[in-house]
Amino acid sequence: MVMRYMLKALGPKTTVSVPACCWAVMPGVFPLKCLDVPMLYTAFEVTGASISGLRAAYDKQGKEDINVVGFAGDGGTADIGIQALSGMVERGPNVFYIMYDNEAYMNTGIQRSSATPVGAWTTTTPVGSRLDWKRRPKKNMMDIMVAHKIPYAATASIAYPEDFIKKLKKAQAIKGPKFFHVYAPCPTGWRLAPDKTVEISRMATDACVFPLYEVENGVYKINRKPAKKISFMDYMAMQGRFRHLPASVVEEIQKGIDREWEILLKREAFTQGL
Amino acid sequence: MVKKVITGNYSAAYGAKVARADVIAAYPITPQTQIVEKLASMVAEGELDATFINVESEHSAMTACISASQAGARSFTATSSHGLLLMHEMLIWAAGARTPVVMANINRANGPPWSVWADQGDSIAQRDTGWMQFYCESNQEVLDTMIQAYKIGEARDVMLPAMVVMDAFILSHTSEPVDIPDQEMVDGFLPKFDPEYRVAPETQPYGFGSLVMPDWYMEFRYKIAEAMDLTRERIRKVDKEFEETFGRSYGGLIEFYKCEDADAVLLLAGTVASTAKEVADEMRKKGKKVGVARLRSFRPFPYEEVRKLAAAVPAIGILDKSFTFGYGGAFACEVQGALYHCRDKPAIKNYIAGIGGRDLTPEVLEKIFNDALNLRKGKHAEIEWVGVRGLGGL
Repeated sequence: MVMRYMLKALGPKTTVSVPACCWAVMPGVFPLKCLDVPMLYTAFEVTGASISGLRAAYDKQGKEDINVVGFAGDGGTADIGIQALSGMVERGPNVFYIMYDNEAYMNTGIQRSSATPVGAWTTTTPVGSRLDWKRRPKKNMMDIMVAHKIPYAATASIAYPEDFIKKLKKAQAIKGPKFFHVYAPCPTGWRLAPDKTVEISRMATDACVFPLYEVENGVYKINRKPAKKISFMDYMAMQGRFRHLPASVVEEIQKGIDREWEILLKREAFTQGL
Repeated sequence: MVKKVITGNYSAAYGAKVARADVIAAYPITPQTQIVEKLASMVAEGELDATFINVESEHSAMTACISASQAGARSFTATSSHGLLLMHEMLIWAAGARTPVVMANINRANGPPWSVWADQGDSIAQRDTGWMQFYCESNQEVLDTMIQAYKIGEARDVMLPAMVVMDAFILSHTSEPVDIPDQEMVDGFLPKFDPEYRVAPETQPYGFGSLVMPDWYMEFRYKIAEAMDLTRERIRKVDKEFEETFGRSYGGLIEFYKCEDADAVLLLAGTVASTAKEVADEMRKKGKKVGVARLRSFRPFPYEEVRKLAAAVPAIGILDKSFTFGYGGAFACEVQGALYHCRDKPAIKNYIAGIGGRDLTPEVLEKIFNDALNLRKGKHAEIEWVGVRGLGGL
């Protein structure tokens, strides 16, 4: 869905660079490919560098109107791919970087990433008798991108396709790197029924677990403030990956979510005038 | 044609310039930094119309070169030692992706312990990657080989990357007189990069590098082997064409110096060849008939030339400035492998020397030559490390 909406917004004059991730397998097996745009399959950690090279080549050829898109998972972006991403954003080429976040290394079988939320079960945070669920907080890629003084960064969700498409089109008019953090649930990895992915995405935003916002040159704008905020307890109910959590931990997690939401609201307020 | 007195590093930069590299992505590392700096300054001064990407690591440098090449741009990078080691994954990717990237590699010892001095361990460790490897003896050869590497690599039936290798400091930082060919002449010799397939929306929406099942993967690898086999003849051909156009030749895959009537030949690569040739001349004055076989192309391995040499001389000393632990020197092992099926074989000994920049003086080389001259006399060690404390011997 992330790929479909992205291409819908950007159009056919687009080249997509995809590292090792779910999307290296999803297009299909040689000699077939399901996308109707050129695709560069690359090594795991390189997306930021790969799109830098593509952009340099196209610009040298006078083809500045080709959309160059790096499309990578949370692992290939926040962990092994973070060096290349950081280097790219700092240099500032005119490219899109879409991080589809299913909150673990899903393609290799649900191992934890730095984007795995606190409390989640994964095969490398397998809970067990020592209660080794993921302890450390989710790495905040949006903060990291804003710290690079990126011209545009935004969160998006498969539950809100129009919002995602609108942001992509807005970003298309901006020169420089544009980063999208897109919420993309994995039914297998989250122990979630497959027909619930859109519903859980909506709940994530309503729980303020995954707020929808954009940052344009350091100015924050929250796109959706939930009319009725739901609890983390409600959000986790459908997901088997959280089922082991004791009430005290759920409470801690709720406090963390509330705190981050407060910070986000304050950021929106104080960056208005900038 | 302009004659300048320039370092090996600057020669590499001028090579990239006259070859009209489109995209340059490079990360600094001693002793390559002047290549990167010179190219950046050429671009900044408008002397070179290229996009210069200040990547944040060598791994990213190679990545950017690969994707730029896949988009149809001629790309260039340079590195050394740890930078090359860091690139290893992407070197294999470049060959697998059939991108004719050209890279200058300054041969520098691997750490730990840290060393900035010349040896061949970094490039030898990349011999399985599918890259062509050319070892240079002079700054002129560096510049000239860069032009040749693009011509050989970009042929549609080759499409393989090449590294142009030079010794740390001995070439990279040493000034020699170099002819910088006229841009027009280079343009006549080296056509524009025109790959058959490129990743661009105006062409068919190709996928480059997708998932391949066991029933197809082998064919992809075979195609690389096939292309690499073609390069032997291409290297010889391009060397001749280069001589016809620019008046300089490097002997194709191996340069033979006074080998025809030699009683012993040293086979080696890089600047040690210059010293060896001087020593050979001096020894011949004293009646000792020795010669030098300078390995220019290590990949593709020059089977034909090596077998011809072996048929003509009674003894070959092979000098490796690197060592494959648990095995032997790479040049020696490969030469011996090439000779296995030959009926008549020369006496062969592997000399491990000059590692970590240990100086290969005329005295040391003379000792090695003399040792090689005695190989036919009886039993001898297969491998000897030269000049190591406490070992005795050479």
